[in-house]
Amino acid sequence: MTATGIGAPVRRKEDQRFVTGQGRYVDDFNRPGQTYAYFLRSPHAHATIRSINTGPAKIMPGVVAIFTGDDLAADKIGGLICGWMIHSKDGSPMKAGPHPALAQGKVRYVGDHVAVVIAETLAQAKDAAEAIVVDYEVLPAVADTAQATKSSVQIHDVSPDNTVFNWHLGNKDETEAAFARAKHVTKIDLVNNRLVPNALEPRAALGEYDPGNDNYTLYTTSQNPHVARLVLSAFIGVAPEHKLRVIAPDVGGGFGSKIFIYAEETVCVWAAKKVKRPVKWTSDRTEAFLSDAHGRDHVTHAEMATDENGKIIGLRVHTIANLGAYLSTFSSSVPTYLYAPLLSGQYDIPAIYCEVDAVYTNTAPVDAYRGAGRPEATFVVERLVEKTARELGQDPAELRRKNYVTQFPHQTPVIMAYDTGDYAASLDKALELADYKTFPQRKQESARRGKLRGIGFSSYIEACGIAPSQAVGSLGAGVGLWESAEVRVNPTGSVEVLTGSHSHGQGHETTFAQLVSDRLGIPIDQVSIVHGDTDKVQFGMGTYGSRSGAVGMSAIAKAIDKVIAKGKKVAAHVLEASEGDIEFKDGKFGVAGTDKTLGFGEVALQAYIAHKFSGQDLEPGLKEGAFYDPTNFTFPAGVHICEVEIDPDTGVTKIERWTAVDDFGVIINPMIVEGQVHGGIAQGVGQALLEGAFYDQSGQLITASFNDYCMPRAIDLPSFQVGMTVTPCPSNPLGIKGCGEAGAIAAPPAVINAITDALGHEDIAMPATPQAVWRAAQKTRMPMAAE
Amino acid sequence: MYAFEYHRPTSVSEAAKLAGQADDMKFIAGGHTLLPTMKMRLAGPANLIDLGQIAELRGITRSGDTLTIGAMTRYVEVLNSAEVRDAIPALVEMTELVGDPHVRHRGTIGGSIANNDPSADYPAACLALNATIVTDRRKIAADDFFQGIFTTALDEGEIITQVSFPIPSQAAYAKFRHPASRYALVGVFVAKHTDGVRVAVTGAGSNGVFRVAEMEDALSRNFAADALNGISVAEDEMNGDIHADAAYRAHLVGVMARRAVQAATLG
Repeated sequence: MTATGIGAPVRRKEDQRFVTGQGRYVDDFNRPGQTYAYFLRSPHAHATIRSINTGPAKIMPGVVAIFTGDDLAADKIGGLICGWMIHSKDGSPMKAGPHPALAQGKVRYVGDHVAVVIAETLAQAKDAAEAIVVDYEVLPAVADTAQATKSSVQIHDVSPDNTVFNWHLGNKDETEAAFARAKHVTKIDLVNNRLVPNALEPRAALGEYDPGNDNYTLYTTSQNPHVARLVLSAFIGVAPEHKLRVIAPDVGGGFGSKIFIYAEETVCVWAAKKVKRPVKWTSDRTEAFLSDAHGRDHVTHAEMATDENGKIIGLRVHTIANLGAYLSTFSSSVPTYLYAPLLSGQYDIPAIYCEVDAVYTNTAPVDAYRGAGRPEATFVVERLVEKTARELGQDPAELRRKNYVTQFPHQTPVIMAYDTGDYAASLDKALELADYKTFPQRKQESARRGKLRGIGFSSYIEACGIAPSQAVGSLGAGVGLWESAEVRVNPTGSVEVLTGSHSHGQGHETTFAQLVSDRLGIPIDQVSIVHGDTDKVQFGMGTYGSRSGAVGMSAIAKAIDKVIAKGKKVAAHVLEASEGDIEFKDGKFGVAGTDKTLGFGEVALQAYIAHKFSGQDLEPGLKEGAFYDPTNFTFPAGVHICEVEIDPDTGVTKIERWTAVDDFGVIINPMIVEGQVHGGIAQGVGQALLEGAFYDQSGQLITASFNDYCMPRAIDLPSFQVGMTVTPCPSNPLGIKGCGEAGAIAAPPAVINAITDALGHEDIAMPATPQAVWRAAQKTRMPMAAE
Repeated sequence: MYAFEYHRPTSVSEAAKLAGQADDMKFIAGGHTLLPTMKMRLAGPANLIDLGQIAELRGITRSGDTLTIGAMTRYVEVLNSAEVRDAIPALVEMTELVGDPHVRHRGTIGGSIANNDPSADYPAACLALNATIVTDRRKIAADDFFQGIFTTALDEGEIITQVSFPIPSQAAYAKFRHPASRYALVGVFVAKHTDGVRVAVTGAGSNGVFRVAEMEDALSRNFAADALNGISVAEDEMNGDIHADAAYRAHLVGVMARRAVQAATLG
């Protein structure tokens, strides 16, 4: 390993500009003649719009234009789309209601887009928005997930009972048979709480139109600018694909929420042509709470069947998934193919059956959020396994071990074929790091101080990469999920890598450069990573699902291989040797068995001057592209152990210890990976203890600011003990599995398992706030007093 | 934010004069409540009178058994004041729990009291310490000053100039922070004076900061946490929200009161 190669903890190249305030985010871009957009949003969760009078507002100072849904319709601008088709059990396609960028006749959640005001300043736009008179007929609303189909409220004409689809996966008959012969059945009811993503940088869009060339440019906070361009052109129809440039510059966090194509960027591009001036919109924090796609929001009943030996023989799950008022871009895939295929966890479970009823409610759309479906699945499996162990009187670690998959590849009953892993190795290491053996002493010591101590496990698995294309296509995806890369070698020997992956906090500019430095033997500062601009990068599928290492870097590796192959041809000409005799090693091309070598930079220069190319068989230049489509999902897995101490007087839960042992396959940069683990755990702890988006019965979001929506803070977290085990992934050339979501997937059940262990009963839901834990601890205190 | 006229007087009399002349006027002290409210267009005063340049409103002095803090004194000045630490250490300890460093460098004592947010810390300190709120017109006892959430005895245009705290023999503040906002979900300030103990509760009451007579009587007889056993506050007078319903708040008042007494007696 070199100091900057694969496996080195290289400091992040991009942090210099981020921590010195020199990042360039969408809101930092300002174009000549720029105007400001402000969206008038619905104050009602559900209402018919009888009329919109923009007359008085249009004549207010600074107003350039005001548009409503009628204006979009007149220009034949299409609605926002959901790009993953799910079919119900009966074969019928999901019921997708219309999703106009600006409301047409009806609003369906608080924050829904009613009109856009474009003005010289934002303050003028806001002033004018207040003068727009909207005549609403307020309708009853339904916000509660479990009540959606029982309500008389009808949100979309296409779905009289608010059902989007009734989907299922697995083998029902085999599962029923397993339960019929089970020795023990464990049952659980779970709510996976709704979360607001809360990226540090709110969403923003800046649309510009150049009438001279009929070109459009959109600066946007996107995790996948090419997909945004494709959807905006091919489906929504705001501009032809070849005429639309989408730039996603520095982006301050996404966590999934910036995958999707929203109303605001659609309107900004379209309106820029209408008003013949650039149009900028930057979300404020309240708008972000109201209108960013939320995450999770499941209500689940699940049962686990075990035999007389404590082997899990069946799992059945019924989930109601709240998708909000409209189907966001990938919303339908999250509670289906990103969820149920993970229900086997790390366990050899012969029979699984899962039903998912997806519903509409008068709430913000719900879509992928860090982990996307996999945290929900892991919460079901890991809560059930822990509860089963308690009901059987078995050690939860040993019950897990007994049921682990140990032979690979392993075909689960729910699509996935696990390629590799060593789950017991992670468990052993975690038990040791967590000092599990002496936990009873710590529990006793806490009890002496009147505190309740508990320990909880999470033996998670996730499917990452979200690929290959053939597989996702067969499951309903509207796109392929490969990645592309182009490696441009300059005449001076420096290298630019153009990647379809997008970095919005992941550190690609460092890790991708490490791969190049490692493979080409050049200094890391000779490598630039270029991403986030459709005019520079030919195409890409973007960053989500922990896919940029496994898929994006594999594409770069493939392109690097091509560069080396071309370099060998160049070297053969220059060194007057046969191509077959050229070796590439440590950054040098050499003739085998001789001391004749050329440095990488010398070959680059020779490729561009081409003075020594004989004949026509070799083209000048040194630039190669590659598309990479993996052979399987990747399966990161690991064991997290959480230890908590509860103050029964106040209900405060303090996390005393956190042990994480993860298998991410080959690791490029352990420092960045550890950072991803820390951040993921923080988000998972946030979900378990602190965060929750709550709508009241009328559909008002009562957690619409940081005053009410509680984000995790450093003080809420312990110092993490992070360990790694490594089984290289056989499904991509680099052996990478992905690490971006693991913490958020692993953490919630570990926390709740620890709390329920401390309480001695299972009656606690997420978020386990002090109030909730205090109330739950009332049931616990009697046995404590008797001790 | 709506447009407004900005005024920056340099004396209390000038500020009072401006206030008398200006329509639809608000004083601004640290601005940590008012500015966010204005930014969200929930408030839009036509005239904003900034008290930040009035030197006579700042400063901390001790005279005998009384500590006096100027209304525009910022939290950070209380934190750094050896005089406050010596006279009423509980006030310093409480101030350490106000907001975050940004808030503590901008927020002022007078601003907090004038706003009388039902979850603010300083109203509890004023009430438990039996403070006197001095204005440009009169002196108001803390017991008369706080009149319900966001409501005080201040008249239109009246300016708090300073707050005088009798120095107690023992005092402490125990705060249970709101998980999200970090305001007091429940904060209890206890102070032992020569003529008895005062207990003030913030964050919990549906009508803002309040005293608990039963606790005061018990603690006046015996200033020990155990003296509070069996004493509770009425749930129906408590605030309720998603983070803490009335029953939980009422319970926490008892827990925080005991913790405050423990802290006061340890010191």
